[in-house]
Amino acid sequence: MATETTGTASACVGPDGSAIGMPQLCADWMPNQIFWLLIALIAIYFVLSRIALPRIATVLAERQGTITNDLAAAEDLKQKAVEAEEAYNKALADARAEAQEIIAKNKAEMQAELDKAIAKADAEIAAKAAESEKAIAVIRASAVESVEAVAKDTAGSIVAAVGGQADDAAIAAAVDAQMKG
Amino acid sequence: MATEANGHSEGGLVFHPMDQFIVKPLFGDGAVGMFTFTNVALWLLLAVACVIALMVLGTSKRATVPTRVQSIAELAYGFVYKMVEDVTGKDAVKYFPYIFTLFMFIVFSNFLALIPTSFSPTSHIAVTAVLGFGVFIAVTALGFIKNGAGFLGLFWVSSAPLALRPILAVIELISYFVRPVSHSIRLAGNIMAGHAVLKVFAGFAAITAVAPLSILGITAIYALEVLVAFIQAYVFTILTCVYLKDALHPSH
Repeated sequence: MATETTGTASACVGPDGSAIGMPQLCADWMPNQIFWLLIALIAIYFVLSRIALPRIATVLAERQGTITNDLAAAEDLKQKAVEAEEAYNKALADARAEAQEIIAKNKAEMQAELDKAIAKADAEIAAKAAESEKAIAVIRASAVESVEAVAKDTAGSIVAAVGGQADDAAIAAAVDAQMKG
Repeated sequence: MATEANGHSEGGLVFHPMDQFIVKPLFGDGAVGMFTFTNVALWLLLAVACVIALMVLGTSKRATVPTRVQSIAELAYGFVYKMVEDVTGKDAVKYFPYIFTLFMFIVFSNFLALIPTSFSPTSHIAVTAVLGFGVFIAVTALGFIKNGAGFLGLFWVSSAPLALRPILAVIELISYFVRPVSHSIRLAGNIMAGHAVLKVFAGFAAITAVAPLSILGITAIYALEVLVAFIQAYVFTILTCVYLKDALHPSH
């Protein structure tokens, strides 16, 4: 307990109201300072340790929890997005493969039809060509015959004109021999 | 120092740089007794009020997305918590409330002292010595409670050659007992010197020709003091953590 005897001012303050020496070293004031300091420290300690620090610790823990949960949810959503993309890509690939298949099938069908048509056309052309061949052969045979007959007639006429006795058989043999040539 | 300054009251120049540290009762003109409500009491309680405003009212919403004030409170919490964890170790986290009390008290006392015409409790040896010796006694007691006689291993440097160990033990012992003194005088000296220098610069402002320079000086020193206010609180707290670490793990 500080014993104050001077009344108005302490021993550390001069008559003009200014400090004598360092006020920090004035022993008269120290009990007062220490008393109020302890009050202040105890007050701060109790307020902090009873109310503020647990509260802040809870808030920080909750925030950490929220962040962790949100991150997990984000990871989930990301996973889902990746899966959706995969499904989409798969569907796209399937559709493409199907389209390819359909195209190939159609192409094969068309090729088959075309081949059939070409074969048919070839056969018709071959038949027509054979027919023409035959007709040409007939025409050629008849032409040879005509030439033979004309040649025999001409030869007989030439022999008669020359004054010889035309022998039909001999003429025919001679013409045949010439024609075979 | 102060008496010299008092002697220089010639002409317009009046220097009373130490008057700001006078303790006086706020009600009445009586003597300063132990329980008198003085300017010290006022500014100490203001510091308490500020701590409550920041740490309790500021966090009253318990918002997951913090408001500005709550962010500051969380920042202070995280800052000191990490300091305790990093410097002292995970097992010292249970002493975190005490260290946080010290930090908040010093930081708010220092910053409130920067308000013009305020009183700076942390500039007084009586205040800082209670803090410094309080830490010293608590840490020493804790060291003996936790480690028993093994705490004395702190002074017996087992990594040094045997012949040197007694000499080192004496040096270690002296340095150990100097700790609370340096711990408290560092804080009080820094705050007191800064505020006294501010007052001296302010005294020069009475001369018109020097006044602009003086105001410039005050501004510069004030900026420095803002820095010092935080750094001294930080230094005090981190040294407390270091001392606590020595008490918990005395082996070198």
